[in-house]
Amino acid sequence: MIRFFFGKLAYLIPTFIGITVVAFGFVRLLPGDPVLLMAGERGITPERHALLSAQLGFDRPIVMQYLDFVGGLFQGDFGTSLATRRPVLGEFLTLFPATVELGLCAILLATLIGIPLGVFAAIKRGSAFDQISMGAALVGYSMPIFWWGLLLIILFSGILGWTPVSGRIDLLYFFPNGTGFMLIDSLMSGQSGAFRSALSHLILPSIVLATIPMAVIARQSRSAMLEVLSEDYVRTARAKGMTPWRVVGIHALRNAMIPVITTIGLQIGVLMAGAILTETIFSWPGIGKWMIDSISRRDYPSVQGGLLLIAGIVMIVNLVVDLLYGIINPRIRHS
Amino acid sequence: MKFAHLLAASTLAVMAAGGVHAKTLVYCSEGSPEGFDAAATTAGTTMDAAAGTILNGLVQFEPGTTNVQPALAESWEVNEDGTEYTFKLRPGVKFHTTDYFTPTRDVTADDVIFSFDRQGNADSPWINYLPGISYEYYNSMEMPALVKEIQKVDDLTVKFVLTRAEAPFLANLAMPFASIISKEYADQLEADGNLSALNSQPIGTGPYQFVAYQPDAVIRYQANPDYWNGAQAIDDLVFAITPDPAVRRQRLEAGECHVMPYPAPADIEALKGNDTLQVMEQAGLNVAYLAYNTTIAPFDNPEVRRALNMAMNKEALVEAVFQGTGVVAKNPIPPTMWSYNDAVEDNPYDPEGAKEILAAEGVDGLTMEVWAMPVQRPYMPNARRTAELIQADFAEVGVNVNIVSYEWGEYLKRSTDPTRTGAVILGWTGDNGDPDNFLAVLLGCAATGDGGANRAQWCNEDFDKLIQDAKVTTDVAERTRLYEEAQVVFKDQNPWATLAHSTVYMPMSAKVQGYVMNPLGRHSFEGVDLAE
Repeated sequence: MIRFFFGKLAYLIPTFIGITVVAFGFVRLLPGDPVLLMAGERGITPERHALLSAQLGFDRPIVMQYLDFVGGLFQGDFGTSLATRRPVLGEFLTLFPATVELGLCAILLATLIGIPLGVFAAIKRGSAFDQISMGAALVGYSMPIFWWGLLLIILFSGILGWTPVSGRIDLLYFFPNGTGFMLIDSLMSGQSGAFRSALSHLILPSIVLATIPMAVIARQSRSAMLEVLSEDYVRTARAKGMTPWRVVGIHALRNAMIPVITTIGLQIGVLMAGAILTETIFSWPGIGKWMIDSISRRDYPSVQGGLLLIAGIVMIVNLVVDLLYGIINPRIRHS
Repeated sequence: MKFAHLLAASTLAVMAAGGVHAKTLVYCSEGSPEGFDAAATTAGTTMDAAAGTILNGLVQFEPGTTNVQPALAESWEVNEDGTEYTFKLRPGVKFHTTDYFTPTRDVTADDVIFSFDRQGNADSPWINYLPGISYEYYNSMEMPALVKEIQKVDDLTVKFVLTRAEAPFLANLAMPFASIISKEYADQLEADGNLSALNSQPIGTGPYQFVAYQPDAVIRYQANPDYWNGAQAIDDLVFAITPDPAVRRQRLEAGECHVMPYPAPADIEALKGNDTLQVMEQAGLNVAYLAYNTTIAPFDNPEVRRALNMAMNKEALVEAVFQGTGVVAKNPIPPTMWSYNDAVEDNPYDPEGAKEILAAEGVDGLTMEVWAMPVQRPYMPNARRTAELIQADFAEVGVNVNIVSYEWGEYLKRSTDPTRTGAVILGWTGDNGDPDNFLAVLLGCAATGDGGANRAQWCNEDFDKLIQDAKVTTDVAERTRLYEEAQVVFKDQNPWATLAHSTVYMPMSAKVQGYVMNPLGRHSFEGVDLAE
């Protein structure tokens, strides 16, 4: 197990170097020049352009810029945002809890609905329930997030008035940013109604963000379950006269969940991608929206620092999933 | 412990319910500001969050107009040859008192001098107090070359000595970059080694003072109790940052905010039909244009440009693209601006005539590029559609158009290249209501070349002399005459096809009272009230 762990860990190093290159290169491959974007329609003289580029360090050779970037990383310096002139790491840490809060709610929702849906569909294979739920999963999987989010806003906020339109909490509530998790902070604030407001603001964005992972988890649970159900030991259990529910509950579920856990882990990356759109629609002040804004401003330090941090987190989550997988299914360690 | 906490919470809640109800105005703004230093930005979002809300200038634009009126300066005198401006400051103006700063003195000439000096003085620690900071407006308004000296005559008198007469100077001082900030606060930050707080924890003299900012989410202000121009009816002002126009509309309709800027053109009819809302509108101080590259054949020939302009059905174009939210443009400045020459006749829509001119000029089988911007701007809701309509119109006269587009940053960059081929769709929103801000910035000889804003690369001696003369004349009647003439030269030479001036809309709750639209596109909540 220890060898397995360190093997995985060693694998992270080249990956991490690769990511720094990609994150750094990616923003520079984007067309457009941050200095010109600052100037806009107004234009800029070549002298001003040279001066500003020098101030921002963009006049240095690209390799030097890269080395500066990596060198900074070792000192915990992810650069300074061109837009807010604040350290990128600080920006990230302020905004990250909002994304985590939304992501956790979404993954929870996706798991709690997706797994039972898939399992029941597998048990009732071929039934109307199976067909309808798998059809719905397919629709959910292919749903354009932006359109889906706006649709829910118009229906539940606009027409029915059940949920707030956007943001994290009703702006009448004002309390300091403690943990950064609005559900916790609103409870701690002691302001009555704040928690309920925070919760109601989470509903629509969580549903929107959960849609694709839910569909994936449901389909994965179904196929994993079907596979397990066709195994010999399940047939044996059945032959011994166990009720179908006991077969599933005692034997099948645990084994079927192994690939599902991997799937859930892999959904973290998907979740990040979904968060970009979801946060933009719902004005959710998290990492996703921050990345979009930074890209459109050509805020090089924020984009490369942000990409690196996100990639790092996805990698760590994947590592944890791998390790969990290794614990649940010892065979994987040796293969 | 838990019980005590609960008790405290419920007591607070009861107090809140029973206490005096604070009036809160929520503005669903379109984006996050970079900070609150109005001099260090070219972004309208940042100017809205800082200037006019937190800060004041020596002078300001009279609400709803581009006329200059007193603000922190009560009055001013200009010497005979227009090179010395002496301002008398309003006595007793207080800077904000917040939990991070308590002023010990009122606004003086020192604050004025500091506010400008920090933007131009290379020895000032403030010249680069934030990484990558640049004082773009201070530089592009040519302040370094223009201002020879700023003298403190006495505590409440300050004199600007200019190197030459500059007619738009007073209007420039009403712009956000010329906001007055506290030298005392700056000194305190310097002593603490905490310079960046100037941008993140602003102190000003404005109607509202800063409370808190959470990027991408919310900015909170509260009314300045000592505001020199009278207390505000609103207690708390909140900017709820909401980038998507469809979501802003939903929030407005749901009552989550009271005012929203930049509605989607397609939503305007529905918003107007909503009884709980009011929709203000105003002709924008802007222009959308198609700039030929006048240095490259055959577009170096004014007759060819005239012919192309004649081939364009602008009425149909504006109708289709602006859907009733714009008017056809014939001059490079908008009709609401002084010196607009209404006597100028636009090129008539005449495809047959256009064909004849092209044939006479020996242009046959021309293939050209029309560049369409990839983004929506206040002056241009849909450049792609505009380009397609131009393509169809030009095809009628035998000119083949390829539409090209680049990512926005790349578009801005490539469009200034002097060797660029093709005609570029772009536009402009005025900064200070002065015709110089359109004519010199966009069409002057000095603005040609790589990086310049003169995308037509058009340098016409007659035109340039007129605008140069107008710039150093202080007599408004004379300036008007010169600018009117410049517009005649412009139309004769057709460096652009002038496309449209857009209408700007501001939907807001019917409860909002006293909001005045700003022709320069700024959003200010001074003097605004909410009906109960």
